[in-house]
Amino acid sequence: MSASSAFSDEKGGSSSEPEYGHDPASGGIFSSDYKRHDDLKEMLDSNKDSLKLEAMKRIVAMIARGKNASDLFPAVVKNVACKNIEVKKLVYVYLVRYAEEQQDLALLSISTFQRGLKDPNQLIRASALRVLSSIRVTIIVPIMMLAIKEAASDMSPYVRKTAAHAIPKLHSLDPDQKDQLIEVIEKLLADKTTLVAGSVVMAFEEVCPDRIDLIHKNYRKLCNLLIDVEEWGQVVIINMLTRYARTQFLNPNINESLLEEGSEKAFYASDDEEDEDKKAEAAALAKRKPYVMDPDHRLLLRNTKPLLQSRNAAVVMAVAQLYFHLAPKAEVGVIAKALVRLMRSHSEVQYVVLQNVATMTIKRRGMFEPYLKSFYIRSTDPTQIKILKLEVLTNLANETNISTILREFQTYIKSMDKDFVAASIQAIGRCATNIGEVRDTCLNGLVQLLSNRDELVVAESVVVIKKLLQMQPEQHSDIIKHMAKLIDNIQVPMARASILWLIGEYCEHVPKIAPDVLRKMAKTFTNEEDIVKLQIINLAAKLYLTNSKQTKLLTQYVLNLAKYDQNYDIRDRARFIRQLIVPTDKSGALSKYAKKLFLALKPAPVLESPFKDRDHFQLGSLSHLLNAKASGYQELPDWPESAPDPSVRNVEIPEWSKCTSRKDRKEKKVEKPFYSDSEGESGPTESADSESDSGSGSESASGSEESRSARSGSESEDSGEESESEEEEEDEEDQKKKKKRLEKTKARKAVEESAESEQSSGAEDRKRSRKMVKNQKSVSESDSESESSESEEESEEESEEESESDTDIRKKKAPVSKPPPKPSKKESKKENKEMSLLDLDDFEPAPASAPVTPVNFLSSSLVSDLEGLSLTDTILAPTTIAPSGSIKMYELLHRITGEGLAVEYCFSRQPFSPDPNMVAVQIQFTNNTNAETKNLHIEEPRLQSGMRIREFSEIEVLAANESVTVVMGIDFCDSTQAANFQLCTHTRKFYVSIQPPVGELMTPAFLTENDFKKEQGKLMGMNEISEKLTLGDKCVNEHVIVERVTATANLSRVPCGSDKECRFAGKTVSSGSLVLVTVAMKDSAGAQLTVNCEKMVIGTMLVKDILQALSQ
Amino acid sequence: MIHSLFLINNVGDLFLEKHWKSVISRSVCDYFFEAREKAGEPDNVPPVIRTPHHYLINIYRDKIFFVSVIQTEVPPLFVIEFLHRVAETFQDYFGECSETTIKENMVIVYELLEEMLDNGFPLATESNILKELIRPPNILRTMVNTITGSSNVGETLPTGQLSTIPWRRAGVKYTNNEAYFDVVEEIDAILDKSGTTVFAEIQGVIDACVKLSGMPDLTLSFMNPRLLDDVSFHPCVRYKRWESERVISFIPPDGNFQLMSYHISAQNLVAIPVYVKQNISFFESGSSGRLDITVSPKQTMGKVVECVVVTIHMPKVVLSASLNATQGTYKYDPLTKILVWDIGKLNPQNTQKQPNLKGSLSLQSGAPKPEENPSLNIDLKIQQLAISGLKVNRLDMYGEKYKPFKGVKYVTKAGKFQVRT
Repeated sequence: MSASSAFSDEKGGSSSEPEYGHDPASGGIFSSDYKRHDDLKEMLDSNKDSLKLEAMKRIVAMIARGKNASDLFPAVVKNVACKNIEVKKLVYVYLVRYAEEQQDLALLSISTFQRGLKDPNQLIRASALRVLSSIRVTIIVPIMMLAIKEAASDMSPYVRKTAAHAIPKLHSLDPDQKDQLIEVIEKLLADKTTLVAGSVVMAFEEVCPDRIDLIHKNYRKLCNLLIDVEEWGQVVIINMLTRYARTQFLNPNINESLLEEGSEKAFYASDDEEDEDKKAEAAALAKRKPYVMDPDHRLLLRNTKPLLQSRNAAVVMAVAQLYFHLAPKAEVGVIAKALVRLMRSHSEVQYVVLQNVATMTIKRRGMFEPYLKSFYIRSTDPTQIKILKLEVLTNLANETNISTILREFQTYIKSMDKDFVAASIQAIGRCATNIGEVRDTCLNGLVQLLSNRDELVVAESVVVIKKLLQMQPEQHSDIIKHMAKLIDNIQVPMARASILWLIGEYCEHVPKIAPDVLRKMAKTFTNEEDIVKLQIINLAAKLYLTNSKQTKLLTQYVLNLAKYDQNYDIRDRARFIRQLIVPTDKSGALSKYAKKLFLALKPAPVLESPFKDRDHFQLGSLSHLLNAKASGYQELPDWPESAPDPSVRNVEIPEWSKCTSRKDRKEKKVEKPFYSDSEGESGPTESADSESDSGSGSESASGSEESRSARSGSESEDSGEESESEEEEEDEEDQKKKKKRLEKTKARKAVEESAESEQSSGAEDRKRSRKMVKNQKSVSESDSESESSESEEESEEESEEESESDTDIRKKKAPVSKPPPKPSKKESKKENKEMSLLDLDDFEPAPASAPVTPVNFLSSSLVSDLEGLSLTDTILAPTTIAPSGSIKMYELLHRITGEGLAVEYCFSRQPFSPDPNMVAVQIQFTNNTNAETKNLHIEEPRLQSGMRIREFSEIEVLAANESVTVVMGIDFCDSTQAANFQLCTHTRKFYVSIQPPVGELMTPAFLTENDFKKEQGKLMGMNEISEKLTLGDKCVNEHVIVERVTATANLSRVPCGSDKECRFAGKTVSSGSLVLVTVAMKDSAGAQLTVNCEKMVIGTMLVKDILQALSQ
Repeated sequence: MIHSLFLINNVGDLFLEKHWKSVISRSVCDYFFEAREKAGEPDNVPPVIRTPHHYLINIYRDKIFFVSVIQTEVPPLFVIEFLHRVAETFQDYFGECSETTIKENMVIVYELLEEMLDNGFPLATESNILKELIRPPNILRTMVNTITGSSNVGETLPTGQLSTIPWRRAGVKYTNNEAYFDVVEEIDAILDKSGTTVFAEIQGVIDACVKLSGMPDLTLSFMNPRLLDDVSFHPCVRYKRWESERVISFIPPDGNFQLMSYHISAQNLVAIPVYVKQNISFFESGSSGRLDITVSPKQTMGKVVECVVVTIHMPKVVLSASLNATQGTYKYDPLTKILVWDIGKLNPQNTQKQPNLKGSLSLQSGAPKPEENPSLNIDLKIQQLAISGLKVNRLDMYGEKYKPFKGVKYVTKAGKFQVRT
């Protein structure tokens, strides 16, 4: 002990020395400094907090200035348990800074933190863990490990967050702990709070970025939480998910990228055959695998998109790179606007963004073309920004905009900033090589620059002209002559070298001038730069070969000079060339070919962007910026050839996931017709396939898939809106036809499936109402705003995917309804079928009828018939229909969380007889365990003020694999607040909550047309909410509208004279306020929705729900 | 992530260092100084500098370089954005972010940095949380503190960090409840020699000063939300509401904050409020030049254009200027070669007598005449006008009972407004 403290003392002493060494006047100050430290010690030892604080402040100021204060360690560390919070905090600061140097003394403080870890206050626990883990002392690794493990299962999410932060600290201190830490990470990844998500992913990235398997189960959760995570966490999560998606999903651009590759390769005619092989191979590949986006892939894209609006540039960049690397080509465009916005930000942000934009513009030029002017350069921009903007402008240049760009470049050339001018000239050169039409214009412009007064400008022009001339030297011998004259004046070595090379290369075009130039250069040879010397030798050699009569002696002279040059490169070159060109008896076979060697036709240089191929680095990363791998950089993996099993992301036990994934596939097949245009070919095979085998089923759609992608490409090019929307419609029609046909062939399946989708949309409803997150893109506003067709298409696709992902949600629930004993199962099945029929009948009632059982058909057509009789019989119809037609089951308790007990509920829409002010909720319990569940009852309702619950009577026994249905009443007080209560069995208690959709908070009210008008008149102004909408393509007639509205809200239809209008009325259950709904149809798909209700909140929510229902 | 931070002033003095992991010697900054030397202008220092073992990511702000040391891969924007956030926090706390204020408040700065990062990863960057942790200094408190010995560090631990709305602290109370919104629009434009617009766009921000008790839930709606093309929001804004209803719904942070920034869609024609007629020429002989600039109002929507300033970066050979301004004052700094003409208000009535600056420039004798003409940067301000026509429709408050005082102010300014010559 004493030895160790002596050691630390010594260490402290020695480490304090350099500080005085720093000070120039160390001698004089040494003593006073020493004294000051003495009085600091005194102050720290006193029992006055103010003195301690003063001392600590001075010490921290020393640390901040980089002065050494380590010798005060013993005095400071004593105060770690000080009561004063500020003193304590400053001691922490000190401790974290010096603990590494004074490990033994630091140990004295550990017990304080260990005590803090047990504190009842979560914030104290967190800060104790934070400091403890920041002390880099290896001895306490086990203590830290223990503390982290404990904190990872702390009640408070804040403490868990701190635990996540501590993980990388411990990992860097002792990498051996990795395995244990990964366990903690795995645990924390499963955490459901937004607070923890960002931090734990950060830890994941630092400790085990390659353990992608840990993400599977949490992928969907992370996607859904993303928007609520704090901004820094968002960046980390998005970057990680980008990598994840690259390993798990298929390339959405697989067809395009093959096309691209093919066309690109065509430029190099040399390796034709190989190419063709490849192409054929690729085509075959494309045929084999039509692309269908994984719903999880879509989920990621959809949930990150709103973050483009973040105020944080890093978040925007992260989303942008995600879209660039993961999104289908047609959707990447959305990021351009956001990136252009960032250009208004600080110059450092601009710098990074421009670097990334430059890379993007090479791959996807079209994306930024509309924003061309945003990259125009101002004279006040810093040079590095100017050069990057220039790069982007050059990348964006094409035949159509080149003239405007060149005009801009012309103003840039006059700038005072010479580096920038040089870059501008380079840019002009690149435009000229890339776009043949303007080559001559550019060349002429550059030649004019040769008479510029600034030598740098001239030199740069020469270099660029040289490159341009190489493309067509024959036509430009006068330019070469002009440049030969320049050699007298230009001093910049690169330019001189370029001129010499030009003259040498094209000496045949200037036979008279070339020898003279060589003569001049021979004179000044010794004073030239190396690069120029090499070119002089080169020129001499070439002239010797073409015109040996005139230049033989000159060449000899030059070579002799070069032989004794100081630079060995030049000596080497001279020796080599002499051997090659001067015929001697010893000269080998090579000299015969000297002419061929020197005067071979050289391919013109390709002026390439320095940003080419940078996109193999993940955009937005440090490595991308530096164009070199930074330590810790995680390669962005290539897309997999075939998608790994998507079921790994299911948060279900394997037994069920198997069955559901099969269903998933089935579902996809039904959707495929949506993509295919060429009905005739792919149609029949399609259905046949899907009937037989799932694997081959996916093959058949390939052709149509390709054609679709090709078409969408052409769409994006021309922005004629109408033609596209037409195509859009066509698409839809196709889809309808398809559906019809499908119905015929395999109606039964379709019936089942649409039933499922119905159910799933219900599940989605529930999700929305609970989380207040609107998932589906609502077409709420009939925007006159011109939305681009691309986004339309996208939304189309989105909703498509939506239903897919919904099935995932359903997947979780599906099993719940399966196991129950037969009677109830039958019942539910019946219900399902009915629903599905309604769904099918939406647009085409007739063909579906054939294979369905007559009873069901009858009932369904009855529905529409009854509704059709609105004028006479309205009052009865909806009330009777609603419950049978559109009951949505909501999950109250999942089978897994309920340990075998599954509970679902629905709003039966029956009046609750014991109390008319209550909403009846029908609850179905299913016991999936092998044991009885006893004493099912409700306890401890926690309700918002005013809300009431009437419990169902206790269920004594629920036998294994049995289910039972009860009804309870809840008075929601006309709000959509959830009713929370505990559901108790004889062994366990579960916290559950029921949240009603707004439409269930009302009961039908029976009004006449006149009454309706009268009441509506009373509810004007503030109480009236009116919205325009576009009816969804299935809302073709009144029946459907009526059905949709009544499905959404428990209303009854009110008779109405006009057939262009549907009216509904209802009362809120608890206060009895009237709710009046009017849907007025207008020409085409337009309609106007009006809701009159005293309760504005209810009105607004109802409008939203109905809009959603109608616009689907 | 972020390993260390060094603050370096304009002349290259390192005056603060903070390490979040093990200590990195300040000698690493030599690489920065080297780059700084090479760059000339502070603006031209590359934001990312590579050294053999570290990467230096730096920003230049308020004449201070914030140099952070990075060891492993991290998105550069992440660090840059964070450093700017640090600078903004300093500004928020001390009124300005300068070397003097940082040195004066060294301890608070250090405490702030300690709270903002944990192990190099951002922990608390919301000013509302930070202010609960560490109270900003003011004279009164300093006096009270010295007398009573109480401290600047909050006794209570911050609750904001635990809530789902970390930007607002709990238990806010005001006697006067007020909410002010400033709609500030900036015109970015490039005009060419003949006065035609090469490029023009409008960018705007809405700054808010909200001092409301409790947990108010505000909804701000516009008369013409369609104008807004691209928006970015403070995290408090509910994006879904915006997407579906085009209203801005949020629970505001307490105090000053930027609610949103926006970009006006490119279809809308941008009204250029001033017209500039200029003629700058240099003569080959006699080493002199002539300058003649007239500024007149144009498309001002009946409002007065104020604070008009014309700034010109003259070529190096211009030694002095002898000019005559019919309105305002001009100043030529021969060292920086910047000519500033402060015009003031543009009078819309008096169309005959427009502000004019005219006279001769004397050049360095013997030097060749400059080839390029300097471009003019124009600064202006129009009160009570959002040039895009954007109008706030109404502001509603839910969740609290009291009646707040509400106000909206509009200002139009010139952003990067440049006239090429």
